Amino acid sequence: MNTTAHAGHVAHHFDDAEQQYTAAELGMWVFLATEVLFFGGLFAGYAIYRYWYPHEFIEGSHHLDVPLGTINTAILLTSSLTMALAVHAAQTSERRATVRNLVLTLLLGSAFLGIKGYEYYHKYEEHLVPGGNFKIPEKKSAPAATDLSADENRTPPRPEIQASVSSPIELFFSLYFLMTGLHALHMVIGAAILLVLIVAASRGAFTQAYFTPVEMTGLYWHFVDIVWVFLFPLLYLIR
Amino acid sequence: MQPHVVPKSIYFTAAAGLGVLLVLTVVAAQFNLGVWNAPIAVLIALAKAALIVLFFMHVRYGSPLLRVFAAGGFLWLVILFLLMLPDYLTRH
Repeated sequence: MNTTAHAGHVAHHFDDAEQQYTAAELGMWVFLATEVLFFGGLFAGYAIYRYWYPHEFIEGSHHLDVPLGTINTAILLTSSLTMALAVHAAQTSERRATVRNLVLTLLLGSAFLGIKGYEYYHKYEEHLVPGGNFKIPEKKSAPAATDLSADENRTPPRPEIQASVSSPIELFFSLYFLMTGLHALHMVIGAAILLVLIVAASRGAFTQAYFTPVEMTGLYWHFVDIVWVFLFPLLYLIR
Repeated sequence: MQPHVVPKSIYFTAAAGLGVLLVLTVVAAQFNLGVWNAPIAVLIALAKAALIVLFFMHVRYGSPLLRVFAAGGFLWLVILFLLMLPDYLTRH
């Protein structure tokens, strides 16, 4: 442990750099635990409604673009790799590699948001955005799986839901936009933090002695990636 | 302070594993496996999340205290679902 050489980075209430780093790491994980529960509420709502309206969720899912979703998942997983490599570069005091990998992460994150925006625009054009503009889409899924009227066992729409939506398919899209929208908001915040990091990294702010902001941003970025890892199969791949 | 530097090769291996699991989940979705559709999709997603948490987020190399903190968020999520599902799954 080195308590003197890099004392400039250690706030006065910490004994040494290692204690300061451990505190930051634990604090970040506590924040991520609150984030897990923040998204967890939406996943819980999703589980209940999918259990009540399995056929409508299958039908709604067929109106999402699986190839674009797959490409976006691959992009986001790759951005997690470049983020991890940025942490590695910062830990080994490689300034150019740190900047390069942070820029790559930002570019991949922006590509994800671009594709997401393109998907949103198409949903808007297809009248699949919940609200006054929403129209029940023509059926795309296999008839046997989703013949909504013929299935005697299906749960009838609950009164409180019938009053507010044209069809439980609209509920599926409400959850789709809420969950992917909240995820995209996290991506935008992550991109803003990455911008700040890129400026700092290019000035040589991060070295083996002090790389805490890079590692903490990495934890956040990977968490947002994990949320998408669950959103993708649950929204796009229901059959 | 001497950071625990994870070799790049581990990051690349984890990323390759994530790629394989992504292909697997898309392929699995092409088959109708009845009630197993959702559990298989969630299992593959859990495997992906484990790879990310253990290697990209360094929990595999963290102190026991850090692992408890990391497991904490997940534990509360499990409690949320365990208390919720018996209610909704048994209501008619």
